[in-house]
Order: sequence, then C-alpha cells, then structure tokens
Amino acid sequence: MDMQLRSVFTFVARKLLRLGLLLLAVAIFTFVLLSLSPIDPVQAYIGADMMQISSEQRQLIAERWGLDQPMIIRFWDWLGQLVQGNWGTSMVFNQPVSEVIASRFWVSLPMLAIAWLLSGILGLGLGILSGALAGSWIDRVVRLYAYTLASSPTFWVALLLLIVFSVALRVTPICCAAPPGILAADVTLWQHLHHLLLPAIALSIIGIANIALHTRQKLIDVLHSDYILFARAQGESLWGVVRHHGFRNLILPALTLQFASLSELFGGSVLVEQVFAYPGLGAATVQAALRSDVPLLVGIVFFSALFVYTGNTLADLTYPIVDPRIRLGGWQT
Amino acid sequence: MLSISNLGITFTQYDQGLRRKQLTVITDLDLTIQAGEVVAVMGASGSGKSLLAHALLGILPDNAQLSGTMEFQGEPLTPKRCEALRGKAIALIPQSVGYLDPLMTVGRQVQRVGQLNGLSSGAARTLANRTFARYDLPPTTRQRYPFQLSGGMARRVLVSTAVLTQAQLVIADEPTPGLHPDVVTETLNHLRELAREGRGVMLITHDIEAALQVADRVAVFYAGTTVEIAAAEDFARGNLRHPYTQALWRSLPQNDFVPVPGNQPSPENLPVGCLYRDRCAWVTSECEQARPELRFVRQGWVRCIHAER
Ligand code: SF4
Repeated sequence: MDMQLRSVFTFVARKLLRLGLLLLAVAIFTFVLLSLSPIDPVQAYIGADMMQISSEQRQLIAERWGLDQPMIIRFWDWLGQLVQGNWGTSMVFNQPVSEVIASRFWVSLPMLAIAWLLSGILGLGLGILSGALAGSWIDRVVRLYAYTLASSPTFWVALLLLIVFSVALRVTPICCAAPPGILAADVTLWQHLHHLLLPAIALSIIGIANIALHTRQKLIDVLHSDYILFARAQGESLWGVVRHHGFRNLILPALTLQFASLSELFGGSVLVEQVFAYPGLGAATVQAALRSDVPLLVGIVFFSALFVYTGNTLADLTYPIVDPRIRLGGWQT
Repeated sequence: MLSISNLGITFTQYDQGLRRKQLTVITDLDLTIQAGEVVAVMGASGSGKSLLAHALLGILPDNAQLSGTMEFQGEPLTPKRCEALRGKAIALIPQSVGYLDPLMTVGRQVQRVGQLNGLSSGAARTLANRTFARYDLPPTTRQRYPFQLSGGMARRVLVSTAVLTQAQLVIADEPTPGLHPDVVTETLNHLRELAREGRGVMLITHDIEAALQVADRVAVFYAGTTVEIAAAEDFARGNLRHPYTQALWRSLPQNDFVPVPGNQPSPENLPVGCLYRDRCAWVTSECEQARPELRFVRQGWVRCIHAER
C-alpha cells in the first residue's frame, strides 16, 4: 500500500511538472508570436481614436507599458503578471479575461459534455455492432457512414443540420443559446436544452465516426484472440463473447480515445459555435481573433492547453484504474 | 465414443488478385477414442493436431471445408451438433493462460463455465470453489487475474475449466511444454484421473515421453494424416509398425538419440503416393503409386504398405 501511495505521488508530481513545462512553452511561443505579429498594442488599445493622439502621447503610453524595454524583460514582466492571475482585460467584451473565459466556458460546457457523451456512447455502440458483425451489410452501412463523416468538415455538417432541422423542419432554433428577448434568468432548462441540442449533435457526429472505427477494429482484434477462441470452445455465443469478454477488453482503448478526443472536441466547438451563433467559448475565440483582442486570445490559448492536457491526463489515468495488469502489477509497468 | 474416419480439412484461400487456392491441411485422418481411455495424438507442429481439436469443437475458421466422417456417441458431428455440444459434452483444456481473458478474474471465468453448462450463478460459484479446492488452489486464487498465476497454478486452473463440465470427451491441447517435470507429472495425472471418471481424454502433444507416460494408445500424425495407432506398450516392446513412428522412438535421448532427418512436406506440395515417402528408408516404387490405406497389423493400425516387415 505504501508503495502504491508513493507511485501515485510520483505520478502526480510528474504530471504537474510536465504541465508546468507545457504552459511555459506555450507562454514563450505565444509571446514571441505576438511580438512578431503586426498588431500594434497601442493601436489595438486605442482603436478608432488613434487619429486624435499625437506621436508624443503614443510614445508616453508605450513607455508606461514598457514597450521600449528589450523583449526578454517584457517577457518576464508579462509572465509575472500571468502567474499572479492578472490576465488583463478583454477589449471586445470590456471585462477581465478570466471572467470572460469562465462565463463563456459555462455556456459551452453543457454542449461539450452532451457532445462528448453522445459521441462516446453512440461511437462505442456502432463500433461494437459493426465489429461483431464484420463483413455483414450492417457493418458495411456503419463503415460507410463513419468514413463519410470522418472525411466531412465539421462546419459543413453543422450547416447541413441547421438547414434540415432549423430551416426546413423548424424543429430546432436557428441560433443562440436562448430565445431572443428573454432575460438570462428567465430561460428555462428546456429552452436551454432545446438550443444546445443541435450544436451538440453536430459536434458529436464527427467524434462518433472516429470512435466507432477504432472500436470496430479493436473488437475485431479481440475476437481473433486465443481467449475468445477458448470462450467459444466453452460454448459461449457471439453475443456472449462480446458481452463477457469483448466489452471488457475494448473499453480501455475506447476510454483512452474518448478522453484524448477532448482536444478535437474543443477545436470543433470553435466552428460549430460559429455556425450556430452559440455564444460559448468557441465563438469568443473567433471574435477575439478577428478583432485582435490579444489578452483574450492569450487567455484562451492557455485555457485550451490546460483543457486538452487534463483530457490527456485522464486518458493516462484510465489505464492504472481499469487495467488490473497495471493496477496490481505496479503503476510503472 | 468418438470415431473419426477419413477426415479431411481444406482451406480456401485467396492469392494475390482473386485466384482461389485450395490448401489441404488434413487428409485421411483416422482416430477413435473410447470412454475411460487416454489417447495421445502425437505429431510435429503442422501435422494437424490442433486443427483436429478445432474441428471437433466446431471452431474452425469460416474458410475451412470438412470431408470424411466424425461421429460422437454414435451420431455424426454436424456443425450444428458441434455448436450444441462444445463446452458441454466436449471440452477443451487450452495450451496456456493466454487462452484466458486477461482482464477477468480466474474465479469469474471458471464460474462462467458452470453457467454456460446451465447452472445458476450461485451454483456455478459453489462448483467453481469446490473444483479449485479439489486441485489445492487456495481460495485467493479466485480473485487473481491470469497474469498473476504461476505455471503450475495456471495448469490447474485450466484443468478446472474442463472438470467443471459434464464433458464425456476432454481435449487437452499441448498441456506440458515449458513446465517443471513435477508439474508435468501432476498435469498428466489429472488427465488420468479424468479418464478414471469415465471420460475419454484426447492428449494433443509433440512430446513422446509425456504421451507414453499417461496414454493407453498413441495416434501418430504426419502431414495431416494418421500414420499409426499403437498401444502405448508397443513402443517399449519394439512392436511399432510405421517407419516414422520407429524413427521418432529412436530419436529419444534414452534410445539412439538420432534425429529424424528431413522435414514434413508442406500442404502446398504434398507428394503423390505415401506422404512419408521422401523420408522413408523402406521406400519402393509401389509407395509412389497411391496413398496407403489404414490397415490392421499386429493389433494396431498403420498406413504403410510394407508394415509387415
Ligand atoms: S508406404 Fe512406403 S514410403 Fe510410405 S512409409 Fe511405408 S514403406 Fe515408407
């Protein structure tokens, strides 16, 4: 037990160290990129009033901000502020960056969660079905569906759904996270769900294909293994084999894939939220980028790095928790 | 109880492109097993031993075609009947723990065998516990995963999976290689015990010594065919009929220790006539005419036209 505790501790320490290094690398990369980009911070700050400011005044602002300092000093200043939690103010939203990210993320979260669960469950189900019946017409239909979706762009799928369900069938709203003209406090849970359903489905559809194809392949591998041969020799039927042995052996790679897919999910949400005008973090990213909102952009870059890293860490964690060979045989083996 | 005659197994394969190729891996295979008897099926790898086991259990791949007859308890073994009997009347003891689900405790897996034989989960658990106790496996074994078992424990768990069933025919696939001699003896004794309970036991092996230690009769396979079926005593008495069996016997360390020269022909180009002819010291031009029939010579079966010499 003591050994286990120690290995848990080293695991956590190692993960945190790696996270620190990752964030530092992201910081350096972002800083250098922004320093080299054509965005002039003074101009971006002042905006349209630029014409009314003399060049001396500009000089003064630049000096006050430390823009005349060498790059390395500016970097340390900036990093120090970041570490202290001062992420600056978003120019587009006129709010502290951390608040913008927090509130936008809460809007995106239910959509991301539904998309994530949906793609996981449906992907797993379809994958098992086509893997168990490999070669049959069901398998062919699932594969055709998966390959078609895997190769179609997210925004195109989103547009298609929007045209069919919102424009033609009129069963889902055409935009936004709530009906227009209603106070945020008055929006019912049902209205929330109604609005996030279509974006969530659009987002999940892409993930389904990936997970279904991986699950199918894994199940086919499992079904060709010696232990399945033996299970069949014991009189187990195809579905008995899948239920008692197949599922157990493919859930691990499926879970890993599922957690690792958080990064794709985040990337996809940028496009999907744009198409559905869903006011989440993804849409905020697009606005920040289009309107040179540097502080917000930097904040989102860090946040997404953290988000993706968390997903990957959870993926790593599933192994020692689910696989007895690692759980009981020591963490590192 | 089990009687196999002229069994043939052919695989249809696709070469590059769509050219179909027929690969005959078993030709004219014969074997009988009585209740209460241990019959060793002996041969080098590629002689068709394991395929025979898979054919009996009906778990050959889809591209395999069977010919000849297999009868179990007087009735032909159709694919449908195989499916109904496997795991119940015919049980397999696999080669290694690699045949157990790596992510399931062995207790659950052995219990599952009971459930597949129609027991309730409670009754199956009790039976699994009793079987583990019979083989001196400590109660903690149930919670173990296959990777945690030692070689000897693994053997006993694998035997448990068959003992639990009511199977009249137990097929043990290569149970001895890589084991400590004590464990080999123990494993073979377990098989003997099964025969004493009135079951028929088929011991698939390439280890002559293990075969002779426990078997009543030995069937020797060569390139997918039965070349000889002899009583176990025939070996020590020098009453062997087929030149291949004799060569195998001489290759043992305690005998002449001379290896059998040459190789088994591959199923891709089987010779015309006797399958052993290119390695046989007795070969004559007659041997090249046709496959020898299985004949009854000096109380045993042999597939050689010169067996009387
Ligand atoms: S039939 Fe001829 S070639 Fe075949 S084993 Fe007998 S003697 Fe040898």
